[in-house]
Amino acid sequence: MRQRSFDSATPPSEQLSVEHLLGIKELTPEDIELIFRTADGFKEVLGRPIKKVPSLRDLTIANLFFESSTRTRVSFELAEKRLSADVVNFSSSGSSVSKGETLIDTVNNILAMKVDMVVMRHPDPGAALFLSRHVRARIVNAGDGTHEHPTQGLLDAYSIRERLGRVKGARIAIVGDILHSRVALSNIFCLQKLGAEVMLCGPRTLMPKGIAALGVKVEADLDTALRWCDAVNMLRIQLERQGGDGLANFPSLREYAMLYGLDLARYKRIGKEVVVMHPGPINRGVELTSEVADHANSIILDQVENGVAIRMAVLYLLAARIPRAGV
Amino acid sequence: MEPLTLLGPKALGLTIQRLCHQLIEDHGDLQGVALIGLQPRGVLLARRLRRELKAILGVERLAYGELDITFHRDDFRHRSSPPTPSATAIDFDLEGRTVVLVDDVLYTGRSIRAGLDALLAFGRPASVHLLVLIDRRFSRELPIQPDYAGKWVDSIGEQRVTVEWRESDGQDRVLLHTAGDRRDTGMVAKGSTADQ
Repeated sequence: MRQRSFDSATPPSEQLSVEHLLGIKELTPEDIELIFRTADGFKEVLGRPIKKVPSLRDLTIANLFFESSTRTRVSFELAEKRLSADVVNFSSSGSSVSKGETLIDTVNNILAMKVDMVVMRHPDPGAALFLSRHVRARIVNAGDGTHEHPTQGLLDAYSIRERLGRVKGARIAIVGDILHSRVALSNIFCLQKLGAEVMLCGPRTLMPKGIAALGVKVEADLDTALRWCDAVNMLRIQLERQGGDGLANFPSLREYAMLYGLDLARYKRIGKEVVVMHPGPINRGVELTSEVADHANSIILDQVENGVAIRMAVLYLLAARIPRAGV
Repeated sequence: MEPLTLLGPKALGLTIQRLCHQLIEDHGDLQGVALIGLQPRGVLLARRLRRELKAILGVERLAYGELDITFHRDDFRHRSSPPTPSATAIDFDLEGRTVVLVDDVLYTGRSIRAGLDALLAFGRPASVHLLVLIDRRFSRELPIQPDYAGKWVDSIGEQRVTVEWRESDGQDRVLLHTAGDRRDTGMVAKGSTADQ
């Protein structure tokens, strides 16, 4: 530990143990706490009349989205702009990727234009790790296939901490399409590192084999899971990843909604105030009915709001580790 | 080497009293004034000033806020690790007010520059004055001077001034440390980071 600061304003300082944010798996609990503390500061900034600080004004960030996204891309772009970074956006449709350019070539071409950080979403698991080994920029994984979506895991845990006042010892149920969900994996790692208990609930066809080895409880019955938990994260059914005709893993959306959807009647049967979360975009009437999605105990919009502060914190802390030119 | 005591508890109390009376002399009952302490150490002085001013003036309300300048510092990425933010708490508009910015030690002037920058997010004050407890003269790196100063200290770069408070450190005093204990000079070398 440092000594108390001398000659006034030198705040305590720490740094992340990683150079890239590839997944929650590589972070330490201290890293996560540092990100949360920094996000607290940015959350206050976002409440000001002028929501902008100059910290990253000398950096350029490229947002590379090889897979469609609205929320995450807008959230990252806002975070970057509020840190005063210069931002370039790239999405794979209408680019030279469709002409057969490789990932490394695409990215190196963009880096040749002097980009310092890359925020990337890609349909293939491991794409962010692969990139971090082959290019010089700092990489932030904004979702790689069915692997991880670290900033979502962070903002979910941060939102739980904000609503419940703690994460340690809290019981969190993650419900739905675990098999295709990068959100689930990042959530499991993040919550466990912070000392929460995690239960997964969903049809067996959407539950990865051997997932219990991660130290999570697995439950097939939604009502049992709801009675057990303090907060429930209702994942989206990933229609685009179900393969074949779109519904290879369960008979119909209607049957899924009956067994694993949360409506107001089922919510009232729990008999306690369970916090409701959803990473978005919601299939209204499938995972959640509108009454539950817009319920007072739903923190879905808090999750979106916290997303910007969390992403600002991640970019700020990673940028701090970029050496300055000529130093 | 033992640090030199620049101000003991009694002298520090008198100095704070004097600063309060100087503020009252210039600004009357302080109703158009907002006292803003800089995080993390300036707020300890600002809280003390607020308490004394309320007692002297016999008023209940005095516009008071705390400002964190972490994200406005100009040494981001010049340090080995990023500074961790403290809380900003300004729940009123600064538009048209007279702001008295409060910090404990004025050294290079860079914190104050960042503070002026950070203030802009809360409106356009009519004017901004600077109050510091200790003014380390002749070591400024920017053209910034205090309007109110408790004590002037002529010190060299390797020396350090610390202000300790009863509330957080056990007793009120201002100390001058001279080289000898150089374990963390990496942190304060040339007054570039820790000494701001």
